[in-house]
Amino acid sequence: MSRFRLSDKAFERINIAFVSLLTLIIIYPLIFVISASISDPHAVNTGKMWLWPVDITFDGFKRVFQNEAIWVGYKNTIIYTLIGTSIHLFLLLPCAYALSRKELMAKKVFLWIVLFTMLFNGGLIPTYLVVQKLGMVNTMWAIVIPGVLGAWSLLVARSFFQQTIPDQLVEASKIDGASDLYLFFKVVIPLSLPIIAVMALFHAVALWNQYFNALIYLTDEDLFPLQLILRQILIINEVSADSAASAAGAAQSFADQVKTASLVKYAVIIVSALPLLIVYPFLQRFFVKGVLIGSVKE
Amino acid sequence: MEIQHGERNLKTRRQRLYEIRKSFLRNWQLYLFLLPALTYFLIFHYIPMYGVQIAFKDYFANLGIIGSPWVWFEHFERFFDSYYFWRLLKNTIILNAYNLLLFPLPIIFALSLNELRNGPFKKWTQTLTYAPHFISVVVVVGMLVAFLDPLTGLVNHAITSLGFESIPFLTSPEWFRHVFVWSGQWESLGWNTIIYLAALAGVNPELHEAARVDGASRLQTVLHINIPSIMPTVIILFILNMGNFMQIGFEKVLLMQNTLNSETSDIIQTFVYETGILEGRYSFAAAIGLFESVINIILLITVNQIARKVSENSLW
Repeated sequence: MSRFRLSDKAFERINIAFVSLLTLIIIYPLIFVISASISDPHAVNTGKMWLWPVDITFDGFKRVFQNEAIWVGYKNTIIYTLIGTSIHLFLLLPCAYALSRKELMAKKVFLWIVLFTMLFNGGLIPTYLVVQKLGMVNTMWAIVIPGVLGAWSLLVARSFFQQTIPDQLVEASKIDGASDLYLFFKVVIPLSLPIIAVMALFHAVALWNQYFNALIYLTDEDLFPLQLILRQILIINEVSADSAASAAGAAQSFADQVKTASLVKYAVIIVSALPLLIVYPFLQRFFVKGVLIGSVKE
Repeated sequence: MEIQHGERNLKTRRQRLYEIRKSFLRNWQLYLFLLPALTYFLIFHYIPMYGVQIAFKDYFANLGIIGSPWVWFEHFERFFDSYYFWRLLKNTIILNAYNLLLFPLPIIFALSLNELRNGPFKKWTQTLTYAPHFISVVVVVGMLVAFLDPLTGLVNHAITSLGFESIPFLTSPEWFRHVFVWSGQWESLGWNTIIYLAALAGVNPELHEAARVDGASRLQTVLHINIPSIMPTVIILFILNMGNFMQIGFEKVLLMQNTLNSETSDIIQTFVYETGILEGRYSFAAAIGLFESVINIILLITVNQIARKVSENSLW
C-alpha cells in the first residue's frame, strides 16, 4: 500500500512540473511581446532583452498612435465587427428557434439544407463569383456577409433552445393567444441571453481576427480592416504609411528605419489585441460554455 | 380493390393537405423566422454549389455560368498532367498528416490538467494556455516573422549564443512544415483540451474509488479508467478532424508562404487562390477546388465508416 502512496506523490509532482512547463512555453512568447513593446528596439534586436523590458520606452506606442492607417483600420474593424455580429444574430436566432419547435413541418428538410453546407461547399471561386456578381466587391458587405452564418452555430443555438424553452411554456402561451413573434421576443430571447452572448462573442472574435475576405474582396485602402494593416506592417514590412517617418524620411538613416519598424511591430500587436486581452479573462467561461454546448451530440 | 385503395389514398391525401394548411396557417410566423437564414444559405452556399459547374466549362464573365461552353474534364486533365500536381498533392497531404500526427497532444495535456486539484493553479494554467487561441492568424505569423528572423529574432539569438549558425526558418523549405505545425500547436493546444476535460469530468467517480480500493495507483487510474472513458469523444473528434483534412490552416499557409519556401508551402488551396483570385483563371481554379472537396468528402465518409465498424462511435 505504501509503495503506491509513494508513486502517487511522484506522479503528482511530475504532473505539476509537466503542466507548469507547458504553460510557461505557451505564455513565454506573449510575455516577450509585451516586454518588447516597451523596450528599446536595439536591446530587442540584439537579444539583450529576452524576458523583462530593457531601457523602457513608449515610443512604439507613440508611433502607433500617430499612424493614421492603423486608426482607420481600427475604426473599420470595429464597424465590421458590430454590423457583422448584429446580422449574425438576426439570421441565427429566429432560424434556430424555428428549427427547435416541434410544430415546424418538414423540419428534417430544413435541417438537411443547413447540414449539407457543412459537408460540401462550392469552394472559393464560385463563392467569389457570387459576391462579385452581387456588386459587393470593395464594399463593407463583402466582409460582413459571406460567412455570416454557419451550420455549427445554428445547431448549437437550436439545441440550446430545445433544452431551455419547455414545450409546455410555448403551448400555454399559444393557448393564451400569444403569437410566435411575441413569444420569441418576450419569452425566448430573455431566457436565452447566455447563448446569445456566447454566439455573439464567437462571431465577433472571428470577425475581429479575419483577414482573408478583406484580402480577396477589398482593394480600397480606406476600407481595410485592422488585420490587413497588421499584415502590411508585420509580415510584408511596410511601415511607410507612417506620416511622421515619411516627412523626415530623407534624413532618416536605414538603421533608424529598422529601429522604427521593430518599435512599431510589438506595440501594434498589443494595440490590436488589446480589446480581446482585456475582456478575455472575464468572458472565458462563456467561450468554454460555447464549445461545450457545441459538442453535445444529439 | 384497386379503385377502393386509390380512393382511400385520395381521401387521406386530401385530409393531410388540409392538416398541412391548418398547421401552416397556425405557425406561419415560424416559416418567416426561417426565411432570412435560408435566403443566406441559398445565395452564399447553394448558388456557389450550382456555380461549381464552371469547373467543367470555360467560364467567360460576359457569357455567364450557363452560357459558357462545356469542356467537361479538360481542366481536371490539365491539372493532373501538370508538373506541379504531384508537388501540390504531396505538400498538402504531408502538412495535414503532420498536423494530424499531433492529435494526441491535447489529449495528453487534458489528462494531465484533469489530475490537478481544483484551485487557482489549475484555473490559471487554463486561462493562460487558452489565450493564444484568440490571437489572430496575422499576428501569429507576424510573431513568427519577428521571433525567427535570422539576424534580429530571439530564436536565432539563442541558437547563435550556443555557438551554432543562425537558421533562416521562414525562407527555407525544410523548416516550413515544422514551423507551421508547431506554431499551430502553440495556438490551439490549450483550447483543444476543453472538450476532453468536459468528457473527463463525466467519468463516473465510483470507478475511481473502486480502483483505489483495489490498490490502483494514480497513473493506473489514468491509463485504465480515464483514457478508455474518453475514447468515444476522441474518435468523434478524430473523424471531424479527418473531415477537415486538406483544409487546415490555409489562411496561415498563405501568410507564411514566400518564393523561397514555396517548394514545401505550395498547397492545393494556396494554388486555387493564386490561379483563381490573382490570375483570374476561374474555371481552372474551380476545378482544382472541386477536386479537393471531393477528396475531403471521400475521406470523411471512409473514416466514419471505419469508425462505425471498429468502435460503434460515428457521426452518422
